[in-house]
Amino acid sequence: MNLILFTFIVLLGFTSYYFGRKKAYTIQYTKKRLTALPQFYGYYLAIWCAIPAFIIFSLWAIFEPTIVKLLILSDYSNQGYLDNELNLIYEKTKSLSRGQFTGEITPFIEASAKKYINLRSIAQSSKVVIVLSAIIASGAYAYKRISSNSRTREPVEKFLKAVLFTASLAAILTTVGIIFSLIFQTIDFFKVIPLFDFVFGTHWYPAKAFVRDSSEALDPSMYSDTFGAVPIFAGTFFIAFIAMCVAIPIGLMSGIYLAEYASVKVRQYAKPLIEILAGIPTVVYGFFAALTVGPFLKEIGNSMGLDVSAESALAAGGVMGIMIIPFISSLSDDVITSVPQSLRDGSYAMGATKSETIKKVIFPAALPGIVGSILLGVSRAIGETMIVVMASGLAANLTLNPLESTSTITAQIVVILIGDQAFGDPKTQAAFALGMSLFLVTLCLNIVALRVVKKYREKYE
Amino acid sequence: MNKNKVQLLNKRYKAEKRFRLYGQSAIFMALLFLIIFIFKIFSTGYSAFQKTWLIVPVTFDAELMMLEQNPSKEDLKDADYYDIALKSMADLDPNANENQENELKRMVSYFFEREIKRELLNDPSLIGKTKDVYLTASDDLDQVFKGNYPRDLPEDQRRVTDYQLKIFDQLVELGKVESKFNLSFFTYPDSREAELAGIASSFMGSIFSILVCLMIAFPVAVLAAIYLEEFAPKNRFTDFIEVNINNLAAVPSIVFGLLGLGILLAVFQLPRSTPLVGGITLSLMTLPTIIIACRASLKAVPPSIREAALAMGASKMQTTMHHTVPLSMPGTLSGTIIGLAQALGETAPLILIGMVAFVNTIPGSPLDPAASLPVQIYIWAESAERGFVEKVSACIMVLLGFLIIMNLFAQIIRHKFEKKWS
Repeated sequence: MNLILFTFIVLLGFTSYYFGRKKAYTIQYTKKRLTALPQFYGYYLAIWCAIPAFIIFSLWAIFEPTIVKLLILSDYSNQGYLDNELNLIYEKTKSLSRGQFTGEITPFIEASAKKYINLRSIAQSSKVVIVLSAIIASGAYAYKRISSNSRTREPVEKFLKAVLFTASLAAILTTVGIIFSLIFQTIDFFKVIPLFDFVFGTHWYPAKAFVRDSSEALDPSMYSDTFGAVPIFAGTFFIAFIAMCVAIPIGLMSGIYLAEYASVKVRQYAKPLIEILAGIPTVVYGFFAALTVGPFLKEIGNSMGLDVSAESALAAGGVMGIMIIPFISSLSDDVITSVPQSLRDGSYAMGATKSETIKKVIFPAALPGIVGSILLGVSRAIGETMIVVMASGLAANLTLNPLESTSTITAQIVVILIGDQAFGDPKTQAAFALGMSLFLVTLCLNIVALRVVKKYREKYE
Repeated sequence: MNKNKVQLLNKRYKAEKRFRLYGQSAIFMALLFLIIFIFKIFSTGYSAFQKTWLIVPVTFDAELMMLEQNPSKEDLKDADYYDIALKSMADLDPNANENQENELKRMVSYFFEREIKRELLNDPSLIGKTKDVYLTASDDLDQVFKGNYPRDLPEDQRRVTDYQLKIFDQLVELGKVESKFNLSFFTYPDSREAELAGIASSFMGSIFSILVCLMIAFPVAVLAAIYLEEFAPKNRFTDFIEVNINNLAAVPSIVFGLLGLGILLAVFQLPRSTPLVGGITLSLMTLPTIIIACRASLKAVPPSIREAALAMGASKMQTTMHHTVPLSMPGTLSGTIIGLAQALGETAPLILIGMVAFVNTIPGSPLDPAASLPVQIYIWAESAERGFVEKVSACIMVLLGFLIIMNLFAQIIRHKFEKKWS
């Protein structure tokens, strides 16, 4: 039914466009001067016909189920049912009305199923009536407007502009959505676990929170010493640090080489080849780290008499570093090329060699931009998920030995949320709290980095 | 004094050379990683495109199949194939005891019954006759035949028994083992058995997610970019939108997964594990990428175009829609394709919205539960069986192939259709 109504609205929109345009031609035929191009008459009519109907239609689709549910459950209101039981009653009613109910049919449910069918049919027919009358009313209004040859271009363009503006709000909505999805769970989490324990606790063992009978009341004391995030934060920054140890020297030097030394031909081939590294999905890096690099490092370590975990922080961090190389190299390449030529010429004129010019003149001049690109790289390393999930350990050890395994924020989020989640469980909420801290850390890094790069660009442009 | 100067100069030249060498070796290292990487994936993955078959003589005994005289097509479909399948495997070694018969049965996949059935349905006249039938070898024998399985391990440490190996070697000598192109890798859905696992389900899941992502992200992003670049007044609010977009582009992907979980699944009650939710989540993630690309290409359209249109009496909206936007389309499209390629390789958010569930049917719509190619890589990489290692690499090859095609396509659009303003 919804689909038919929807297609009807769309079809009506299209036909009314042609109808409106034709109307414009007939006006023109009477030797009157049109106030806009004929297609605007068409757009005007189409918008007026379809959009109000469409808005009513979608609002109806959103609110109808809730209202029907409220009406059905109002019969049960003063009988002391819990929310869950009410939901169950509603589900039973629905399945009975569809004839799919298999359980025991009580007179109550039968009555409400009848009421449900009744309400649904009332809702359906009134929806059709209201949508159709909306189409007729708004269409008639618009038709009157275009027959009297009043302005059509301005309203149409205003409407388009409003659509464009609404679309541009999508970015804000996404940010708001992220914050909303994180904040409620996080607040609930900190109601059970004190913020202090989370930030300064040194023992992370969320599996403990799993061993709980869900019917029992929450006992916060049970969770003391379970959600101390220090090992997680330390592991995250440690792995990011290893990654940057790989990425900064290689990325920066290749950026410098590409910008200052490489011939056009080398640059033409080397740059896109290095950027392939950025296009490889992270899950592929994860597989590579887990299957090749981890065992390889373990073997080397064993031959040197070291005890290396197959899921060492070194393997995950190192592979992550390879992934970040292209970010740093192309960003610093951009930054270095935008240093004005006059600085180089001045330095050469004083007799400096190329490397001296780079080290003493260009690098200091480009430093803010390079720092910005490194910060963006760090933010990427902190937020990287799949490599750590696959190649690093899942138990949170507080260690600074790169040969042992550690865990990160992102890996813990995945470990906790993979499979079925029970909302309202401290363990699930812990994942959201971790997500919140990840979001805040990367947000700060991004804002600082973007601002630094922007300031730098403005300086030389 | 003069000698000192020469020495100093030499030192400086040496430093210059060294610096240059650092740069070259940095590039070399980066490219070396790339080469090792690709080599590793290809060398472990190429064998997955071959599949080992055992050629086993099967006697289509009507009595064992519980078939009456002159069976109809329906009867053939309902017949019992398990017994003749078992018998034909057991007949490989007439002296086998009960345990060994079991081992013989485990030399082929559990699809062997179905494969024999298919043979008979293709040619019903086979009843009562004996025919060589191709049966999928178990993944362990498959690995043995491809030489990936260490045969010299002690028996209790490997999943193939000495007895199975003996029979298998006899079959190899008789030429009854054959390696053919592994079509089922592309046509079968995921399976717990490595020899039967294919990428069809995750491939369709990827396609559906990307389509949903494209349908949402592309229009919204283009409209937003047009507004921001052409119409937005320069004020605090538009600055705020811009900061938002740039930030979203750098937010870790897993946070978008939490968004999908916390809003799409928990609040809007959309179905879990489906490409619909995956696509919406990915579209939020690709939105900033496309907006940035589209804005850049709108910015690249020279002002003279706009001025000419305005001078001819076009309104601002007409100028934008008829001239600026069409001219910016090549850049926008290539940016969109690159954004979609990123979304195609994304794993973490999809795991959070439940697309890791084991799916052994091929999804027919975005509302059916599915995995996606990168998630499939993750699922297989986490399984312990040896047979999955090559499958993972093969799946990676398919995924990388798609990414390369998409990126090439983006390049072609950019170079072929983009106007060079000079």
